[in-house]
Amino acid sequence: MRWIRERMVLILGLLVLLYTFVPIFVVVLMSFNKLPSEQSKIYKFSSFTLDNWLHPCADPSMCSALGKSLAIGGLATLVATVLGTLMAFALVRHRFAGRSAMNLTIFMPMASPEIVMGSSLLALFVAGGFAGQLGFWTILIAHIMFCLSFVVVTVRARLAGMDDTLEQAAMDLYATPSQTFWKVTFPLVFPGILGAALLSFSLSFDDFIITNLNAGQTTTFPMYVWGVARKTVPMQINVIGTLMLIVSVTIVLIGEFNNRRRAAAR
Amino acid sequence: MAEQGLRKSTTGYLLLLPGLLWLVLFFVIPFYSLVAASLYDPAGSDFRGYQMTYHWQNYTDALRDYGKPEGWNHPFWLILAAVIGVAVTVGLLLRARRGTSQTHSVGSYVGYGFVGALVGMAVLYPIFKALFVGGAPMVLSPLLRSLLYGALATAFCLLLGYVLAYAIAFKSGRWKTLMLVLVIAPFFTSFLVRTLSWKLLLGDDSVITHVFQALHLIGSNGQLLYTPFAVIAGLTYNFLPFMVLPLFASLDKIDYRLIEASRDLYANPIVGFFKVTWPLSLPGVISGTLLTFIPAVGDYINAELLGSTNTRMIGSVIQSLFTDANDYPAASALSVMLMVLIVGMVLVYVRRAGTEELL
Repeated sequence: MRWIRERMVLILGLLVLLYTFVPIFVVVLMSFNKLPSEQSKIYKFSSFTLDNWLHPCADPSMCSALGKSLAIGGLATLVATVLGTLMAFALVRHRFAGRSAMNLTIFMPMASPEIVMGSSLLALFVAGGFAGQLGFWTILIAHIMFCLSFVVVTVRARLAGMDDTLEQAAMDLYATPSQTFWKVTFPLVFPGILGAALLSFSLSFDDFIITNLNAGQTTTFPMYVWGVARKTVPMQINVIGTLMLIVSVTIVLIGEFNNRRRAAAR
Repeated sequence: MAEQGLRKSTTGYLLLLPGLLWLVLFFVIPFYSLVAASLYDPAGSDFRGYQMTYHWQNYTDALRDYGKPEGWNHPFWLILAAVIGVAVTVGLLLRARRGTSQTHSVGSYVGYGFVGALVGMAVLYPIFKALFVGGAPMVLSPLLRSLLYGALATAFCLLLGYVLAYAIAFKSGRWKTLMLVLVIAPFFTSFLVRTLSWKLLLGDDSVITHVFQALHLIGSNGQLLYTPFAVIAGLTYNFLPFMVLPLFASLDKIDYRLIEASRDLYANPIVGFFKVTWPLSLPGVISGTLLTFIPAVGDYINAELLGSTNTRMIGSVIQSLFTDANDYPAASALSVMLMVLIVGMVLVYVRRAGTEELL
């Protein structure tokens, strides 16, 4: 009893964590599900099959939507990570006028409901006469916009937690500013930048509400899932869900492993 | 942050410029076009174009159509009770913040408890009834419904998230990083795919539904899926990490010796929690609440996938006014109202905590 009482909070916390994983188990399980018939509308497990994994592109429109999502996610991550990292350096390392206005401008996209950001952008595109050109590029613009703030926050946190003694030591040892930056500062900040990039990719890949408003005729992966949700749901979407989980957790674990190894080597 | 040691140079501005430009062009300016669109002549359309007529009536029309519940008389007292409940909660939170320097008598705790229980019953009972009992669904407008669902989901997130964040911050030992990774891990799976799996978990012959039936929380052939309960459960699930991460950040900064000191001074764990831990974690509570409530109110994915036409939320209305009905002025007016509400909340927070704490 005493043992339980002392670990009560931890046990409750683990139960909450378990709760967040229950739907994930369902996703993995359903990736092995065989639909009883082609037109089945019921969403439950019926029998085991490997078909979904062997033929992930049984519906070609799903794979083309997936390709668009990957392309948009990759490009949005690249641009947002570069711009956001520059901003984070400015915020932590430089002084400038209008700091609170700046903080607010960066915070507001994170604090605005997606539906408001999506409809604002749509209003802008329509007012600017781009109503007919909604598609890949408008989605990309929107994704860069909402990923940017998250990159700034993540990289800023890493930078702020870093003390500058190492950089000063490098300068004392006659390293030029650019050598100091590339050999000392950048490697130290890099895990933060990598984390920010991972975060932006998953934000972009996952986004539905803003994308749906600004997509025109283009279909991304979440839009595809939305479209099939009321009809027959192809189980291949669960294969994609499982794969995404495996890939991202692997990246995070490799990062963590590297950190531990480096810490041990020191 | 100490600004003395920082360089003031043009480099700072140059580093900021591209990102800032992007945010201004695609976040700030669009909001102006949204406000403009909300004042267009509602008679306009895609083909004929829109005329700027400063038609303020778009706002009252949108409120009438989507803000006012059908039949005011019934839910009115409910809304009143909810407002009082929120007011008392906020009062308690602020009280708790100042509480570190004040002594509370046992009587004041009993008083708070009594008021809290009364408000809780007044607010929760009808909500509970409306959620579970298969009778007439609560007649609410999409706007009020969104606020109510958002508030309930935020409350559940706070409850679950606090336990989890506390466990990670103080009890996880060397598993801290691993547990943090596990908090975020589920969210690398697509939002929509995850939400769809709740359809199976809450389906008519799922374990959860049978348990609820056995406990007589719902009728013997009652449903969970397509009820407000399912929508709120989905919202709670989807926005939990937005609560856990800021809470963890706040709790992790607390010096555990302060909590131990309260034990040494014979505070029982509950009093110690409310006088030491809770006040110190308030920044995390507030930013977590903002970051959960705001997306939850605007979300319509959960309401559409797990709910029915009786659980329609405001985001869904705005979306279909834009894409299906092409009624840009009404959609923009609703969108602007939602944004004003949220900016108001953020400003209250900024006034209290300053802008550096935001990021």
